[in-house]
Amino acid sequence: MPEKLEQVIDMFQMFDPADRTNLLLSYANQFTEVPREVATRPFPRSHLVPECESEAYVWAHKQADGTLKLYFAVENPSGVSAKALGAILDKTLSGLPASEIARVNAEIVEKIFRQNISMGKGLGLMSMVQAVQTLAKAAM
Amino acid sequence: MATPIEQRGYAEPGVLVSTDWVEQHLSDPKVRVIESNEDTLLYAAGHVPGSVHVDWTSDLNDQIRRDYITREGFAALMSRIGATKDTTVVFYGDKNNWWACYAFWVFQLFGHTNARVMDGGRVKWLKENKALSRDEPSYPKTTYAASERNDAPIRAFRDDVLAHLKKQGQLVDVRSPEEYAGTRMHMPDYPNEGALRGGHIPGAKSIPWAKAINPDDGTFRPATELKKLYCEDNKLSPSGDTIAYCRIGERSSHTWFALTYLLGFGKVRNYDGSWTEWGNMVGVPIER
Repeated sequence: MPEKLEQVIDMFQMFDPADRTNLLLSYANQFTEVPREVATRPFPRSHLVPECESEAYVWAHKQADGTLKLYFAVENPSGVSAKALGAILDKTLSGLPASEIARVNAEIVEKIFRQNISMGKGLGLMSMVQAVQTLAKAAM
Repeated sequence: MATPIEQRGYAEPGVLVSTDWVEQHLSDPKVRVIESNEDTLLYAAGHVPGSVHVDWTSDLNDQIRRDYITREGFAALMSRIGATKDTTVVFYGDKNNWWACYAFWVFQLFGHTNARVMDGGRVKWLKENKALSRDEPSYPKTTYAASERNDAPIRAFRDDVLAHLKKQGQLVDVRSPEEYAGTRMHMPDYPNEGALRGGHIPGAKSIPWAKAINPDDGTFRPATELKKLYCEDNKLSPSGDTIAYCRIGERSSHTWFALTYLLGFGKVRNYDGSWTEWGNMVGVPIER
């Protein structure tokens, strides 16, 4: 697992439920939407994360040094979890080679969200990770 | 002058309050606003100022058995949120008030009838740009003499449903048409929670819960439209014994609320075992 992502997961594992919730909200607040130069509304359906009720979109752009930069959009105003996960994935995976990003497993969702993973969103959040994985594989 | 909710012709309009009403009662010590969501992050992300969080899994369900909390658990919950028997509890939440109605229903198992639902729930509050707070309020603990849980009037168990089937009683399946037909074993975008068989309980009418609300703001449709939906189009009789079910009883709590309070059906029970129980039980009849 990429080092930065592992560190974030370790941090989530150490925290008690209340602190974990606050940490997730803090990441959600750091979420930055895909810039206009990358995509504008209406976002193309080809970038829509399947089975995500927060209507999340994901992009992976190859940078000059060969690494990937991830971008996200979350259209559901209540999509706090999707925003938190988008911010985490961006901060920990952007700047890595596609081959490393492609190895990230959707199981990280459970490790990060723990008690905050509700029935309706678990699948969507795992789909976000899988969508990132798919884009990374395509960029290899 | 009648309020907009009163003008909708409901059997018990007082059980539904508007977002404006809630806004006007934020500092009312006799009112306790309760947020109940599916997404456990939402309350922490911002809630109606002064509202408390009641989580359907950790606060309302027994943590070992598949059942609800006991009298002692309910007394402890009411103490925690600083509610007495005289407190008017007002529920709201995400998912168009599924969990608000579910919590409301559980509160009725303990006879706390001084309860309301905020029409439109969280989404309407947000759309109206009303105030949100991240402060978790703390209320003085109360001593709440809880009644024993009384399931029979509004909760159906599997044996009740089997007996109901024999009597050809009214059954309402509030899940999506695909779940009803058995072509899908779970809600769209939701994981399969392990039902071994797809389909519906024989004789159940398919009336998805969402037909009872206005999709734009999650508010309940007026009584005339609800009557058309349930009584005319689907031939349900308000005097008939009715059982509603879904997957685990949350969506059917919403329909239970609409039939009981908005249309005044005499006897409606929520089968919270729902499809996660029925779709796994050996030997029970299923239709597709």
